[in-house]
Amino acid sequence: MSGIDWIFPTPTGLYCAAGDFYIDPMSPVDRAVVTHGHADHARAGHQKVLATTQTLAIMASRYGEEHARQTQAVNYGEQVTIGGAIVRLAPAGHVLGSAQVVIEKAGQRVVVSGDYKRRPDPTCTPFEVVPCDLFITEATFGLPVFRHPDAEEEVKKLLRSLLVFPEKTHLVGVYALGKCQRLIRILRDNGYDTPIFVHGALTALSDFYEQHGVALGELVPVTTESKKATKGRLVLCPPSALADRWSRGFSDRIAALASGWMLIRQRAKQRRVELPLVISDHADWDELTATITDVAADTIWVTHGQEEALVHYARSCGLEAAPLALQGRDEESAA
Amino acid sequence: MKLFADLLERLVFTNSRNEKLRLLATYFREAPDPDRGWAVAAIAGTLDTRTVTPSIVRKLTEARVDPVLFRLSYDYVGDLAQTVSLIWQGQRTTEPVSLDKVVSRLRSAHRSEIAPLLESLLDCLGESERFALLKLATGGLRVGVSARMLKLALASFGDKAPEEIEELWFGLEPPYCALFAWLEGRAPAPAVDRTLLFRPAMLAHPLDAETLARLDPADFIAEWKWDGIRVQALSFDGKRRLYTRTGDDIGHAFPDILESMTWEGVIDGELLVVEDETVRPFHRLQKRLGRKAPSARAIAENPARIRAYDLLELPGADLRPQPFAIRRQRLEEWASANPLSRFDLSSVFPVETWQQIDALRERSRSGGYEGLMLKRRDSPYLAGRVKGHWFKWKREPLTADCVLMYAQRGHGKRSSYYSDFTFGCWQEGAESAGPRLVPVGKAYSGFTNAELLELDKFVRANTTERFGPVRAVTPDLVIEVAFDALQPSSRHKSGVAMRFPRIKRIRWDKPAAEADSLTTLSALRDMPMADQKQQSLL
Repeated sequence: MSGIDWIFPTPTGLYCAAGDFYIDPMSPVDRAVVTHGHADHARAGHQKVLATTQTLAIMASRYGEEHARQTQAVNYGEQVTIGGAIVRLAPAGHVLGSAQVVIEKAGQRVVVSGDYKRRPDPTCTPFEVVPCDLFITEATFGLPVFRHPDAEEEVKKLLRSLLVFPEKTHLVGVYALGKCQRLIRILRDNGYDTPIFVHGALTALSDFYEQHGVALGELVPVTTESKKATKGRLVLCPPSALADRWSRGFSDRIAALASGWMLIRQRAKQRRVELPLVISDHADWDELTATITDVAADTIWVTHGQEEALVHYARSCGLEAAPLALQGRDEESAA
Repeated sequence: MKLFADLLERLVFTNSRNEKLRLLATYFREAPDPDRGWAVAAIAGTLDTRTVTPSIVRKLTEARVDPVLFRLSYDYVGDLAQTVSLIWQGQRTTEPVSLDKVVSRLRSAHRSEIAPLLESLLDCLGESERFALLKLATGGLRVGVSARMLKLALASFGDKAPEEIEELWFGLEPPYCALFAWLEGRAPAPAVDRTLLFRPAMLAHPLDAETLARLDPADFIAEWKWDGIRVQALSFDGKRRLYTRTGDDIGHAFPDILESMTWEGVIDGELLVVEDETVRPFHRLQKRLGRKAPSARAIAENPARIRAYDLLELPGADLRPQPFAIRRQRLEEWASANPLSRFDLSSVFPVETWQQIDALRERSRSGGYEGLMLKRRDSPYLAGRVKGHWFKWKREPLTADCVLMYAQRGHGKRSSYYSDFTFGCWQEGAESAGPRLVPVGKAYSGFTNAELLELDKFVRANTTERFGPVRAVTPDLVIEVAFDALQPSSRHKSGVAMRFPRIKRIRWDKPAAEADSLTTLSALRDMPMADQKQQSLL
């Protein structure tokens, strides 16, 4: 293998022995480096957390200011020495504040991608290619069936549907952190300036994005009374709310869901989605394979999703590759 | 092709029946002949492109995509057409291809030309058209549109009664241009010689306690529901046909039956294997089905018989509008007027009270029948599953506690979930070895969506081995399996096979060691059932 023995998986999460810290640990630890604010990466209860300013703010808003005993905010590119390792965070392009972890020791460099994408996203800093010796990549959409279309074209589908069905409420399931704000931003960029209704679970993070310079236009909280006034309008909600009692108050509705999984018709059908929107904050197959080439690492570890296929691909390119089994990940938790 | 692909796309994502009907009618208005007729054939399953097999599609794809990546993708997606349409990297041309062109080329291509043709078509189509092409070519669209719904859509498009379409249907051929001309008022109804055509079958609804409470016993006649296959036998002017209840001609597999049809008329009945006046288990009939030309030995070993339920027509007389009680009388007259061999009459019982009938239903666990049919005395013979006339009242299922052994990923709407379950019972091993599990059946229904998620989770968390899409699991989970009958089987290691197994309950509470043994299970086997004395009680 790479000969790098100072980073390895443990039941708690990926552990860097060189600096005695975990990356995105699932249970409380002494020292954690957190890549981004999604709940399957950022947990409460650690002693010390190092992350970007935005990620720490997201954790604070989700878990309270006391989510960790001590926090250390860093900017992209800022170098920090932790034990025997030099650590910096590089933008991952996944959601606001999302980062890759770049760790160096004794002339060797490891990059942990966290969740990432390389498509344009007006709400966060684009992915940075960091050449390395060992690349630890996510593989949520690590199969060649996943080739995401242009997000803007998907948004245009939604806008066309609003024109064709002006009598229907368009209920769109979106993840609260990232997908929601990215979708709104693309809608605004495509000339949709009508106020957008949002489920209560989406407001705090949308306000947070506004504070960090992402203008979202007028958002109206959905109330029992305002449900009646949503004909022909957009209502954004968490995906789980689509099938929930909450969604019954809308008389005539179309259920849409913005997710990379919507590429698979049967998946969309399983969730009774009528208007699937293939918009993903994860890298698709082409992005995953291009990134493996771009970072020029000799060794690839694959985690989070369809490990087998990406490992096979990397090996067929003559690289060392292995699946990295991490506990506690659910394949669809935050795609 | 684009219009058809869009139609499929929208049908897939539409849940409402009315909306689907509307989509179909809109498509019939927008699409030209003969495209729309090919689309009807594709949805109804009457399009013959059997030369395109899944293995051709797989081979083509493996020549273009790394076979390992393709296999992993297919395992994940669970649908060949969807996998290939997504994984295929095509060179899209700008010129649109019509559905007619695609179908005509597929139908006229020689076996050896199929693969290159398919490849060139895949290369010039976009993703959703590739999906439509593969669904169309390999058969089985699975877009949630039944043949019945399709006929309703055609009827509403042409402002006709659905029965008019049903009557003509089996005399029409793709691409149905004459049908559309009639529906659009441009021509009279297509001339069809209906003498030897399949008559649309009348079907029954399952009976539940609530419905039963509302029914008056005096209005009904009860009849055994035999466990064979429902058929329609036609004979006029020396020409004979044997159809399944969906209108497939299976006469070639039953020359013994056809030969015996010296009478004239149309009989609705149950095809069975009867030996020594005893109905034999369903698997004996399976040996006769699906054979192009059975050997004399196969015929002699599994003698077929039709147990007549109903008489639909006599030469020159359509009896279908008559009440069932009258048709039954005519059936009995017909039976005594003709020397019958390989045909007999199904017994009927008058209904006094539901308790009496229920006792009859449960009286015997012996094989050959599945329960009872309840038919209204005054029902005409109507096409399809019409509410309120015929009811099937199946006997209570048998149950056994089994241990989950293997799970396989499902297809279609269950793709990516572990939803096909193989389970086993305990068999005493050699003295020192102790009991071991032997598979006794496989089920993929009976659970709720919530239970499916739990089962899927259990499988993922308790996998001991993987074989492609199949996982072996720790033998810890007991499932209560319901089934209609248990039959001897030489194919299964356990020596028994369940009929219609489904998961009744998940016994999270029950230790696996307490699941049933093979000996306990085998005791539930059906005993052959001798015929009841024929009786007429009308």
